[in-house]
Amino acid sequence: MKENNFRRNTLYGLAVLAALLLARNLHVILRGLPDEEEQGAIYRIIFFHLPAFFTAAVCYLLALVSSALYLVKRKARYDALAAAATEVGLAFAAVNLITGMIWARIIWGIWWTWDARLTWALVCWLVYAGYLMLRRAIEDPSERARNSAVLSIFAFVSVALTWKAIEWWRTQHPGPVLRIRGAEGAMDPAMESMIYWNWLALLLVGAVLLAVRMRQEQMAREIDALRRHAHAL
Amino acid sequence: MRFLRQCLTIAVKDLRSELRSKEAINASLSFALVILLLFSFAFDPTAEHTREISGGLLWLVFAFAGALILNRSFSRELTNDCLEALIAAPISGSALFLGKALANMLLLLAVEMICLPVFGVFYNARWTGQFPTLLSVTVLATWGLTVIGTMFSALTVNLRLRELMLPALVYPMMIPALMAAMQLTTLLIAGEPIAGEQLVWLRLLIGFDIIFTALALALAETVLVG
Repeated sequence: MKENNFRRNTLYGLAVLAALLLARNLHVILRGLPDEEEQGAIYRIIFFHLPAFFTAAVCYLLALVSSALYLVKRKARYDALAAAATEVGLAFAAVNLITGMIWARIIWGIWWTWDARLTWALVCWLVYAGYLMLRRAIEDPSERARNSAVLSIFAFVSVALTWKAIEWWRTQHPGPVLRIRGAEGAMDPAMESMIYWNWLALLLVGAVLLAVRMRQEQMAREIDALRRHAHAL
Repeated sequence: MRFLRQCLTIAVKDLRSELRSKEAINASLSFALVILLLFSFAFDPTAEHTREISGGLLWLVFAFAGALILNRSFSRELTNDCLEALIAAPISGSALFLGKALANMLLLLAVEMICLPVFGVFYNARWTGQFPTLLSVTVLATWGLTVIGTMFSALTVNLRLRELMLPALVYPMMIPALMAAMQLTTLLIAGEPIAGEQLVWLRLLIGFDIIFTALALALAETVLVG
């Protein structure tokens, strides 16, 4: 009970922190930073577009690691972590896709173009959506955990191929703007640091969602076990 | 050596039972021909058009036809608990997997080799110009498709809705290989060489095959045995 309380309080604390940080970030983004020279106000979408992708990538990576850990250790909590991470990752990837489409409508005049980067981002989304579909279709918990862990590993390879593929083709999508990707001076330092601040905020949101989802998985397993028990009686 | 012999035994068994019943290959071949026909309504099959989209058209046909073969690969073993017997047999899961993948690839290749001339006749395309290269690209891509497909066929074999699940899961995963195959095939049928910037597609295709074959062999035991 005490442990549960502690967990709940930590969760609330993280959620409040995320909300405060997001509010502060929004204030700076909307009031503090000036419009961009060429794009005007719409460039501000990058403060969500990029961090959402980074957060999704972290989630996919987490899903890969926990899937591999599940296959090695066969502990149900790794399976729950992988499922939760994939779901949260899909949500952030959707934010990334949708904000990108809104930006494209304003700047390029079209919602979508079959550019390599856009295509691969969509492919990743579909692959991980398949993962969630597979989970729903398998009833036996240990078979579900095992098969979806294998699928998650396969899925990550296609994400990695995608990641490399972006560098192999010329794309219409803007190139790297961050210093860590070797784009020196492409962006004002104040704007660049804002991207990282908002990434932190989205990571916090992601962590809260992840914890809630994991708790749900755990409860579902407990209920399932109780049901089986009752059935046996 | 023993591993290869075990793979071959499984592959020969699968091919023999398929050639006797002709369940999957008949369905797959007639489906492929129907799609080839349907595509002619989707666009005007003039020489100019066909040259531009030949790769995409052919590989969509192959991917659809392939799903029918792959769907049957493991589910045919469900009757009389044959799958349990295969798993209990003194061979490793990876040998079982590789044997099945090999048989699937040969079946799909056979369907493809029948579809190619039909495509050439219906769409007025000259596909024989660079046939050896085209054949190698086809073999590479077909292997990629069958490795992924056989793995997913094993993953979904116990599902109630496996006929619905397999295509939804497998096509997004195949996209890198399919895209590469489409680009290369279009080039080859248009009579252009694979060189310069286009080599990236060949690299992608080979990389895809190597990575997924290795992963599938490593994980086959886990999927099949548990």
